Amino acid sequence: MKLTLRVWRQQNADADGAMSTYEVDGVSPDMSFLEMLDTLNEELILTGEDPVAFDHDCREGICGACSLVINGDAHGPERTTTCQLHMRSFEDGDTIDVEPWRAAAFPVVKDLVVDRSAFDRIIQAGGYVTAPTGAAPEAHATPVPKPDADFAFEHAECIGCGACVAACPNGAAMLFTSAKVNHLNVLPQGAPERASRVLDMVAQMDEEGFGGCTLAGECATACPKGIPLFSITKMNREFLRAARKGR
Amino acid sequence: MTYSDFATGEPVADTTAPAGPIAERWDTRRFEAKLVNPANRRKHTVIVVGTGLAGGSAGATLAEQGYHVVQFCYQDSPRRAHSIAAQGGINAAKNYRNDGDSVHRLFYDTVKGGDFRARESNVHRLAQVSVEIIDQCVAQGVPFAREYGGLLDTRSFGGVQVSRTFYARGQTGQQLLLGAYQALSRQIAAGNVEMHPRTEMLDLIVVDGRARGIVARDLITGKISSYFADAVVLASGGYGNVFYLSTNAMNSNATAVWRAHRRGAYFANPCFTQIHPTCIPRTGDHQSKLTLMSESLRNDGRIWVPKAKGDTRPANEIPEDERDYYLERIYPSFGNLVPRDIASRAAKNVCDEGRGVGPGGQGVYLDFADAIARMGRKAVEAKYGNLFEMYQRITDEDPYRVPMRIYPAVHYTMGGLWVDYDLQTTVPGLFAIGEANFSDHGANRLGASALMQGLADGYFVLPSTINDYLARNPHQKTVTADHPVVTEVLAETEDRLNLLLAVDGDRTPDSFHREIGELMWEYCGMARTDEGLRKALDRIPQIREEFWQRIKVPGTGEQFNQSLEKANRIVDYLELAELMCLDALHRRESCGGHFREESQTPDGEAARRDEEFSYAAAWEFTGTGAAPTLHKEDLVFEYVHPTQRSYA
Amino acid sequence: MAVSGVIMLLYLVAHVIGNLKIFFGPGEFNHYAHWLRTVGEPFMHYEWTLWLVRVVLVVAVVAHAVSAYQLSRRDIRARPTGYVHKKPRASYATRTMRWGGIILGLFIVWHILDLTTGTVHPGGFQPGHPYQNVVDTFSTWYGNVIYLVAMLALGLHVRHGFWSAAQTLGAGSRSRDRLLKTVANLLALVLTAGFIAVPVGVMTGLVS
Repeated sequence: MKLTLRVWRQQNADADGAMSTYEVDGVSPDMSFLEMLDTLNEELILTGEDPVAFDHDCREGICGACSLVINGDAHGPERTTTCQLHMRSFEDGDTIDVEPWRAAAFPVVKDLVVDRSAFDRIIQAGGYVTAPTGAAPEAHATPVPKPDADFAFEHAECIGCGACVAACPNGAAMLFTSAKVNHLNVLPQGAPERASRVLDMVAQMDEEGFGGCTLAGECATACPKGIPLFSITKMNREFLRAARKGR
Repeated sequence: MTYSDFATGEPVADTTAPAGPIAERWDTRRFEAKLVNPANRRKHTVIVVGTGLAGGSAGATLAEQGYHVVQFCYQDSPRRAHSIAAQGGINAAKNYRNDGDSVHRLFYDTVKGGDFRARESNVHRLAQVSVEIIDQCVAQGVPFAREYGGLLDTRSFGGVQVSRTFYARGQTGQQLLLGAYQALSRQIAAGNVEMHPRTEMLDLIVVDGRARGIVARDLITGKISSYFADAVVLASGGYGNVFYLSTNAMNSNATAVWRAHRRGAYFANPCFTQIHPTCIPRTGDHQSKLTLMSESLRNDGRIWVPKAKGDTRPANEIPEDERDYYLERIYPSFGNLVPRDIASRAAKNVCDEGRGVGPGGQGVYLDFADAIARMGRKAVEAKYGNLFEMYQRITDEDPYRVPMRIYPAVHYTMGGLWVDYDLQTTVPGLFAIGEANFSDHGANRLGASALMQGLADGYFVLPSTINDYLARNPHQKTVTADHPVVTEVLAETEDRLNLLLAVDGDRTPDSFHREIGELMWEYCGMARTDEGLRKALDRIPQIREEFWQRIKVPGTGEQFNQSLEKANRIVDYLELAELMCLDALHRRESCGGHFREESQTPDGEAARRDEEFSYAAAWEFTGTGAAPTLHKEDLVFEYVHPTQRSYA
Repeated sequence: MAVSGVIMLLYLVAHVIGNLKIFFGPGEFNHYAHWLRTVGEPFMHYEWTLWLVRVVLVVAVVAHAVSAYQLSRRDIRARPTGYVHKKPRASYATRTMRWGGIILGLFIVWHILDLTTGTVHPGGFQPGHPYQNVVDTFSTWYGNVIYLVAMLALGLHVRHGFWSAAQTLGAGSRSRDRLLKTVANLLALVLTAGFIAVPVGVMTGLVS
């Protein structure tokens, strides 16, 4: 396959960026999207050009590092991560636009790499159970109903990639935040901090400069792990409950 | 003197494990260890490199104890460490199933699974601590799979006959890591951990014979800085990426451990690498990494190849009696659940016989037709749905209809920095935990044991033993950036990076990485020979020389430069690869993941030579390309007596 | 946003029921309009209840508009650089909510000036004779156009607004989602159809 790529190039956080056009030849349909970019970068290095910077690590869809907006879609046309997107999803001769996540809270570091530390700070605000090492009771002391455990797992699957923010027309981080709130709040272990968790995490989310939620639903459509939109509703319920109780 | 003419130095021994009955050693050690007064702990700084299961849990726990922790990871967030990709599960001797499990059995299975090349004291402690790990993780809100009654579910894994593996669908590593990450996040918010993401350790600072800090590069700005502490903990993972293609993350690397080795830490059993039997076969030269399919699939999937050589019929058209379920045939009692090294080698053997399937004959079938018929598609979906999806996404084949194709791939490295019972390396004040050390798995790691070891080291072992070091070795002087050792290490690091940038040759970092990786896979992979290893040992210095003449790294050091990061890691692979080959060459026996063709039983199984090789090989660095010195740690087996491993 | 929206929505339901009385002739309709002023008597004085409702509504409208403005500003600030590759978004929600809201805001102003104060009323505005006033308005082409456009905007707005308010107030869940979406669609449909019935009635001569 032969493709035309239009890629966002930006030297560093302070520089202006623009789309640059590249031709990539000899693309196999079995390649992942990132392997296709590897091919481009190998060529760029040999011609003395700066290769395209992009975040990636595990390349098996779980670390959440890869983060490309491909033809306007976070992680591209399939519901998966960029690293698991394969070139068989494209046609020979296609022109593909590749851009970084766009959000004020995710400033561009270089080219397609953005700074997602805002997510870490949201977790730091309350996305944990205070259970210092050694203080744990026997694991079977508290049975957890299977539906609750499954519900927690479904939300705990979030990989923190930020596709929800990238896809949201408002640049909101509600899906990310709600996934962690719901994961911990449904479990008996998370119950003692249930109220402060949701209030603190939402406050931090607002402070980071993410947009507001209008329930457009783009986040859930883009989420490679299928975190459902009603996760946000559930967090709203938790939030109202906590606000009513005044912690 | 050539590289392979190494000298044998003084033996090395673990002096920290107490004597006495093995079940009491850990308690004794904890009691005998000196403690640091809680009020004094915040005056101590501990550097932790890496935020995976071992590093994340250690950083969080040390901070909870009151130490000031300065932690590093090359990823943009501590949550992305590669532990996150572990799929199958975590072992613990809870015996919730009442199926005869116990701490002693887990200990026994692990020593035996490691083919009698691990230290008994360490393994027993691991089995003891395993029980606490599950409690700890549940308390953190890790959503383990549960039964309808609300209690934890378990499953069985390769190499054992009890059901002791706790899991969270096919994402156990992710869930455990997020638990550790969240605990770490709490400590970051509390100001007890100073976290440096996107910062890569490039060297170790050793002052007066003790580890006192590291040199690290800010990957965004390119700034190289020194950081100081009273102790340094390496939790930087394994070195499987020497092979270029592996199941490791793209950026997992050996630089932290290799630089520590160069500064005096012995490197133990570098040739012990684990080739995982169930990975998705490669599709072409463009391949950048290999993807693992959880070993748990072997619980219900059946592995087979056609009986006839060169059978090109589609799997579904091969009748039952023309299939060879070779694991069930050769190992009737363990069947598809034999340990990884055995399953991998068996797959290689049938492929070498010309009975492999898929492109290039490099694959065997993992068939779920029987499981689907027995349990129904729904149940299979519930158990393995995400793995099937992943397989389909990568291969474009539907495993519900056609059998999966799998092939072994490099997955884990049992070797690593030599550590004693306290997890301290031969450099005082330098500790290594998790995959970065060599301690618990011997020559082969059992499934679901890596997560157990990482968390055991990080949550429970290191936080107890590091106290002793800090209490006994109070530092009189603080090290500062103008200390001559520090300026020298900084200058060396800068010179190395500048040199990489200055060569301006005609080959990319990846091309060298691929070359060394293919060489290693060929000669230091699943089967090794004297001849092949010598070939590799001849070739590696040549590649190294060519590297320094032809490498091309664009850009500068003062910017975000992924090519420079890569090239610098390859510098270390090019030295580590040599040591791995030498270690494999010198160990003229087969054991676990290390299979020397010259040493096998009549029926093709690995033949250990205990009288000669019942030791851990700890290598001391003497200079790039210079023959290292071998220090042997004799392994004494008081409780599990070495026998020929049998899974038949 | 959600609370003020729900208040207005409740009002709209009452409003559409009242409107439909126009099909029972001027007597009943004008009587209903008069009753609106005397509700609650003798406890309430003449028009007190009506004014109370008006005040609540004004507060709701203002609150709704202010929070919409704040939300929009926040959203725009959250993404200072847009995507080069623009995609026709599957969700119409954000855009229609924003523009639909502005259209509705303008409509309310016109609607009050037309039929409450009579300031911009096309015929001779007669206080106390709403039936005739309505007929006059919908006898003009622009009256019909403005009204129809606004009611379509209302339908779209309510459709996403009701469901969305339910989510914001935490009332949604996986099992309840279909029900909520159905109710949202029904509400939107009934309100739009109910309101549009009046100009259609005038146009077809059913109401004259």
